[in-house]
Amino acid sequence: MTARSDAAPRPKPRSGPRVFGIPLPLFRAGVFILGLVPLARWVVLGFTNGLTANPVEFLTRSAGTWTLVILMVTLAITPLRAVTGQAGLVKVRRMVGLFAFFYASLHFLTYVWWDQWFDPVAIAADIAKRPFILVGFLAFTLLIPLAVTSTRGWVRRLGGRNWQWLHRLIYLTGGLALLHLWWHKAGKNDFLDAGIYLGVFAGLMGWRLWYRWSRRAPIS
Amino acid sequence: MPFRMPSDIVPSEITPRSVFLNRRALLAGGMGALALGAAGRPAIAAAPGRNPALPAARNAAFVAADKPTSYDDVTSYNNYYEFGTGKGDPADYAGDFRTRPWTVAVEGEVAKPQTFDIDSLLKLAAMEERVYRLRCVEGWSMVIPWSGYPLAELIKQVEPTSRAKYVAFETVVQKDTMPGVSRRVLDWPYVEGLRMDEAMHPLTLLTFGLYGEVLPNQNGAPVRIVVPWKYGFKSVKSLVRIRFTEQEPPTSWVKAAAREYGFYANVNPNVPHPRWSQATERRIGEDGIFSPKRPTLMFNGYGDQVASLYAGMDLKANY
Repeated sequence: MTARSDAAPRPKPRSGPRVFGIPLPLFRAGVFILGLVPLARWVVLGFTNGLTANPVEFLTRSAGTWTLVILMVTLAITPLRAVTGQAGLVKVRRMVGLFAFFYASLHFLTYVWWDQWFDPVAIAADIAKRPFILVGFLAFTLLIPLAVTSTRGWVRRLGGRNWQWLHRLIYLTGGLALLHLWWHKAGKNDFLDAGIYLGVFAGLMGWRLWYRWSRRAPIS
Repeated sequence: MPFRMPSDIVPSEITPRSVFLNRRALLAGGMGALALGAAGRPAIAAAPGRNPALPAARNAAFVAADKPTSYDDVTSYNNYYEFGTGKGDPADYAGDFRTRPWTVAVEGEVAKPQTFDIDSLLKLAAMEERVYRLRCVEGWSMVIPWSGYPLAELIKQVEPTSRAKYVAFETVVQKDTMPGVSRRVLDWPYVEGLRMDEAMHPLTLLTFGLYGEVLPNQNGAPVRIVVPWKYGFKSVKSLVRIRFTEQEPPTSWVKAAAREYGFYANVNPNVPHPRWSQATERRIGEDGIFSPKRPTLMFNGYGDQVASLYAGMDLKANY
């Protein structure tokens, strides 16, 4: 939301900021509803016997998949903004990032609950013993400071520059999450999905490098 | 011939549990609602009549005390990569699979190599029903009433020579009906193998049916191997070739990832997979949202019958 003083006159219908021609509040509401679609889908599948014979595994993997998808969407916002010139896109970046954290938390919860049955000793041993688990755990824990400092207050407290540096941790989370998926798929010897995500991630990161380089080039 | 489903679980033992879980799920609200799909799944205790009946006399010496997994779960949750790597892919895509004509070639170090037609195989020995636990290397398990007879019955017919130390089993490749084989996830055809004494063991079953009916395509029709003390991937589906060899045969999963999957692949709670522990397992249809996983048993609970095969062997090295 744009900050507006109470005393300000009511804006005319078309005067607010827009994203792709859609008034920002409506655009944000749409993104919010889209972010809830995976959760709603699970509930519907739960009531229609659609969670497969192994619902625990289905929900664990589905939560992981959606975490990765939404992480990629988060990483796509800045390039999309630059390419389309839709400056308002930045107004949904925090929400999309928090949705990624939300699904990552559910994915982590499925592990500590259904896989480890809330046994802290077993969880610690599992993380210490298995790189596959460690990498997933790191990817998740690195998101925690980002979620905590996602508020305006934290941007102010840290200062924009520090805040921006801190939030570049998402690049690391993206890489670790991909490695986690890659090792998971190695068990099935099936790298098609992981390869697609890797391509998307490489593209998004590559665009950032290119963008920085191309903007610096004229100066040097 | 009418077929009666095993186990003889009285309805009163089933209903209260699912009702109870349903209520709990409802009470638990949000996440609980998700559980309904699983907990509310009815325990199907009879053959649904979706495939032709396959009469078999129950062999009480080989009936696990565990509650059988529902027919729906057994036939909808499968690893059969020739149809795709998703668990639902085999049930979704195996519809066009051809199970006739079908032959099984038996060759290699045998005095009488021959090719058996499926219909003669069906009549080669008395069909038995056995209820076996199935433990997948991925950490889940089922309990399945299979119909078949000991593989040893077939092996005796071909008279293996003294050089026959191992047996390799090969799954069919039907390019036009198996969408998964166009991707080289594994080195097709799928090959698994056993040591001779394992293949001759009375538990090792040449299997033609489940739940009193012929095998559904996604479960390995028309004939497959079932080795209940080993991880499921050792039990090849849709068998077309049996080859007796002197050397340990190169098997699909050893070729794909030798560090993760060994030739022996005995169910062993003490030897973890690199990415997960094998100490526990989730019984499909029973363990999950409201109950923890159960301990995995050494040799999948068949230790008193098979442990002697591995006397003196380092099972950590020979995983």
